[in-house]
Amino acid sequence: MVKDQEFLETKASYCLGLAKKLGATDSSVIVKNSISETVNFRNKKLDESNRSDDLGISITTYIGKKKSSISSSNLLNDNLNILIEKCIETTKNTPEDEFNSLPDRDLFAKEVKDLNLYDVTHIENNQKIDYLKKLEAAASNDKKIVNTESSFTQNKSNFVLANSEGFCDGYKTSSFTASSVTVAKDEKSMERDYEYSSKCFLKDLDDADELGKLAANQTIRKLSPKKIGSEKIAIIFDKRIAKGVLSTFANAISSSAISRGTSFLKDKVNQKIFSDKINVFDKPDMLKGLGSRNFDSEGVKTDTLKLVDHGILKHYLIDTYNGKKLNLKSNGRCGGTSNLYFENGNISFKDLLNSNSKSLYITETIGHGSNIVTGDYSVGATGFLIENGEFKYPINEITIAGNFKDMFQNITLANDLEFKYATNSPTMLIEGMVVAGK
Amino acid sequence: MSNFFEKSDLSRKEAESIISDTLQKCDDGELYLENSKSESILLDDNKIKNSSYNSDLGFGFRAISDEVVAYSHSNEISKNSLKQSSENLKSTLKSVKGTYNHEIAKSNKKYYDNINPIEQKSLNEKIKILNDVNDYLRSKGDKVKQVTANFLGEQKSVEIIRSGGETLSDVRPLVRFNVSVMVEKDGRKETGVYGVGGRQSYDSYLKDENWKSVCDEALRIASVNLESKPAPAGEMKVVLGPGWPAILIHEAVGHGLEGDFNRKKTSAFHNLMGQKVASEGVTIIDDGTIDNRRGSLTIDDEGTPTEKTVLIENGILKNFMQDRLNARLMKARSTGSGRRENYRHIVLPRMRNTMMLSGKQTQEEMIKAVDKGIFAVSFGGGQVDITSGKFVFNCTEAYEIVNGKIGSPIKGATLIGDGPSILKEVSMVGNDMMMDPGIGTCGKAGQGVPVGVAQPSILINKMTVGGTKL
Repeated sequence: MVKDQEFLETKASYCLGLAKKLGATDSSVIVKNSISETVNFRNKKLDESNRSDDLGISITTYIGKKKSSISSSNLLNDNLNILIEKCIETTKNTPEDEFNSLPDRDLFAKEVKDLNLYDVTHIENNQKIDYLKKLEAAASNDKKIVNTESSFTQNKSNFVLANSEGFCDGYKTSSFTASSVTVAKDEKSMERDYEYSSKCFLKDLDDADELGKLAANQTIRKLSPKKIGSEKIAIIFDKRIAKGVLSTFANAISSSAISRGTSFLKDKVNQKIFSDKINVFDKPDMLKGLGSRNFDSEGVKTDTLKLVDHGILKHYLIDTYNGKKLNLKSNGRCGGTSNLYFENGNISFKDLLNSNSKSLYITETIGHGSNIVTGDYSVGATGFLIENGEFKYPINEITIAGNFKDMFQNITLANDLEFKYATNSPTMLIEGMVVAGK
Repeated sequence: MSNFFEKSDLSRKEAESIISDTLQKCDDGELYLENSKSESILLDDNKIKNSSYNSDLGFGFRAISDEVVAYSHSNEISKNSLKQSSENLKSTLKSVKGTYNHEIAKSNKKYYDNINPIEQKSLNEKIKILNDVNDYLRSKGDKVKQVTANFLGEQKSVEIIRSGGETLSDVRPLVRFNVSVMVEKDGRKETGVYGVGGRQSYDSYLKDENWKSVCDEALRIASVNLESKPAPAGEMKVVLGPGWPAILIHEAVGHGLEGDFNRKKTSAFHNLMGQKVASEGVTIIDDGTIDNRRGSLTIDDEGTPTEKTVLIENGILKNFMQDRLNARLMKARSTGSGRRENYRHIVLPRMRNTMMLSGKQTQEEMIKAVDKGIFAVSFGGGQVDITSGKFVFNCTEAYEIVNGKIGSPIKGATLIGDGPSILKEVSMVGNDMMMDPGIGTCGKAGQGVPVGVAQPSILINKMTVGGTKL
């Protein structure tokens, strides 16, 4: 069983008390417990089981404008005494920073809504095994599939965040995740792909059979890929890649990148950075949302933000420290976004495929090719050539490149948004990118 | 060394008996105990932004029967907790009928000293160096707009207790010092990053104001990039500089030669043992035994002493990298490559210091041999798709080559290639092998471990450069 609120609160208040006694003018603490149980299958047989029980604490102490932090997985009071003493000592020796402080008192979350993030259901390993058997049977049905690796994880977590301003709250969350990675082979090639489902509630998880079939089909269609020539071409990002564009956007509007001047979106608030039709939301209070939260990692309340309104940037993602530096109030985004998504566009997936006589449909990118300082983007990619709305043949060993400043202005979205991850996008068309191949 | 049972209600003897009882009739397994202390001190935007200290303690208990691995870990080293883990392992491995393999290689060699780098330098000294770095770089002119510098230090004590009570232990220091600088000219911003590190004290890397050379290198890269033009797009010849660009070797062939992917036949190399996979003159080794290097280990995370493993010798595939599990199932021997990020993770076969050895040519000869291509000097990160063999890495410093001469710097671009065929496209191997500066972290299955790379300059006949200029 994951540790209860009382245990976590007792540890938290012990730390706050000791920090105060040792000379901290302010302090904050997070205590967390997370228990995961995973079963892995390979080629229809049990391959691995893994149980992890993680307990962790992190404490930040302030002496005036000086700040330092410690973290540990050992919650015995003996150890906490030593660490907090060390933390206070380090704080004393760390230079002052005028922007260091806890959040303003009026910004703390006051009511904690039940967002339906915890499922009490416990799934035993033999039930996980049943699910995986079904999944792997479906995944390995086609004889082109030569290897399957599937996994089922149940996670239950609980945490308490407390600080010397009197904030003390936390709640349990759960997740159930199933995934399948398949390898397909023909005379010319060997390819890998996957499918995945993650939900707060067990009953919402995708059907094992469907998940397995999807994984297999997505892999088999990649076989015998071709390489194409270098050219300027319309790119369509599958939803699982399109969400990455949104993540880069979120990184570029984080108040730390803005205050340090290391973002291509600095000073762009109230300017048009996307095409007219684009709206971006960050909505923390979605029921059962994979990114849902009641408050951010400093305890600041989080409201829904319309980050982009008809192409115009409206907000940065602001935490306390960088907010003070930028002279802006925290909007509860310490630790990043919650449920971040592009609003649906107004054309169907089919029409999106048809909007150019020739385009590239990208299902996977590799490499770390997003530079938020310059906005430059260049990654390796795998996908399909689309002609007149039809998938023609698989493509690999190409790169796609552009600059986000231009890419954002040339986005068209389909109307097929679904909430599969914490960050989600409909299928995305971007005109004018460069593909390098032969 | 840590005494893991000092403050526990669990005695070493009791632990040994639970281990032996649990692993009875299993083929392999062990209790892995770990105590790590780490620090991070960060200067950013003219201020000390963060000073933090982490102390982590826990165990991971593993039982293996045939191909099945059962694993359980916890932060609490107690009788109750170990018993619970034992029950969990037994419930996975319901009917075991193996014979425990007691055999494990022994060595007295050590590749780093038993030190705690965090305690060897006071916080005030570290803060002073970071402030000096900031002042030094900002004194280099108005174009310097942002400076970030940090220290990362760690001491990790590990102990491995095997069935029957055999105990192996290691204390591993690790430090890293990093500088990142952003420059701006005419509204254009570029960054340069450089760092040094390994398994020694901070002072081994920073003495005699050596930190200045780290700053100079970061600033030089940033300044070069200010003048960069859009990179070309398409297939062309590529000359790689020595040292860190060897992450190409790491991505292109290293991962594909790890035992697990080959046992599962999901690596593009699984059926190529003994065959020619690289041009003549190409020899690649993976070496855990180089003193004080970031990727070196006295013993791996299963207790096997590390070694120098020849992967490719003069173009021929000779060995895979193995941990105990994959070695047993492939009827090979462990190469001391069993590694894990920490006690939360299972062991996987991983790289240590992966190196392509020197050949005979010079870098000048390579540049001269290229009509149209690029010269790549430094990289950010890389990634590989093991199954298709396609890999990428991102240039952070590169130049165009026109008619045998180095031309203008070009913008960061991704290079993409095919692992199993790229080494056959190597047409010249330089005489200038160099180790990387000690900054690499390799990710696999969600686990990051410190690694090293090395190579001489090489000329590759054909790679796809992912620029924007057609």
